[in-house]
Amino acid sequence: MKTLENVTDEVLDLAAQHFKVPRAELSPTDDFFKKLGINSLQALDLLTRIEQHFHIELPDYELQDVRDFKTLAERIQTRL
Amino acid sequence: MNEYRGKSLSWSVVDGAIELVLDRAPCNEIGSESLAELETFTAALPALQKTAHALIVSSARSEGFCAGADLRELYTEAHKVEAHVRADRLRDFLQRIHTVMNAIDAAPLTTIAAVQGLCFGGGFELALVCDLIVADKSARFSFPELRLGLIPGFGGIPRLKRDLGNAVVRDLLLTGRTFGAEKALAIGLVSQVVGEGHAMSVARRTAAQLGKFDRGTAAAAKAFIKPIPYDELRREIDIFCELFMQPAVEEGLRKFVENTGPLPYLP
Repeated sequence: MKTLENVTDEVLDLAAQHFKVPRAELSPTDDFFKKLGINSLQALDLLTRIEQHFHIELPDYELQDVRDFKTLAERIQTRL
Repeated sequence: MNEYRGKSLSWSVVDGAIELVLDRAPCNEIGSESLAELETFTAALPALQKTAHALIVSSARSEGFCAGADLRELYTEAHKVEAHVRADRLRDFLQRIHTVMNAIDAAPLTTIAAVQGLCFGGGFELALVCDLIVADKSARFSFPELRLGLIPGFGGIPRLKRDLGNAVVRDLLLTGRTFGAEKALAIGLVSQVVGEGHAMSVARRTAAQLGKFDRGTAAAAKAFIKPIPYDELRREIDIFCELFMQPAVEEGLRKFVENTGPLPYLP
């Protein structure tokens, strides 16, 4: 079973790779909209990558009020 | 008219398949211009289908297949007229859309939607009128209308009911959530999930396969398998028009149109 730290690291790796941002510039408590400079359409694209990577289904309402990577990882972990 | 290039779409016939390509920035939102050109297409369809064996509907926009109705135009136009005129114009628009959708749904040739990226609302409804959906891994589907105090109005509910189990339909409509290609495949909405950027090439090869069969037989099979739910489609228009006049819809549309933040497409 993946720890929250594992899941958070994998989310950060995914985000860095997909949006071509240096991994070292991302931290778990960053606001991913601001840090990645993305809009809601791009957030849905990230959601697709997350679902494919973790082999889960993550309804987008799970992103309600979620702004940082660590909280996103917590939501993902509930589906593992 | 074997070829057409308009402002929001184009078509041509390639190896016996009509290729209808949506291309209106940002993501093929369906408003009055798109509707007029879709009507031009369905007017040309009877002549086109005399020699074509398939129709592929796709998008040239990297953002996706189609993000749905042009909500900004809907909101702006609604505010130009008084309430009773607004209702009549809305019903007229919906009836025209339904005429287009029904024509593609009933076309006596096999139709394929090649979907990438966003396939929301009216865009999802356009995909649903096709016989087959080929989705690439980036595809994301949604009926988000409930977020605006509405239901799908371009024929989505009767067609979703035609294709999927009621529990799945309830989930999609009542939560308004988006779901990806793998989920769409699992529930039987999508017939094939392919690599990103490959939906069109796979759709073309699928269309080539269709070209091997007797057209009359294929058309008869399709008509038998795929009834058009005309009564429910008419009822959907009535319900949509009733809901549209509620204050909650005005507020939902206003929030969407005025949203300059990153979140308009999230619940």
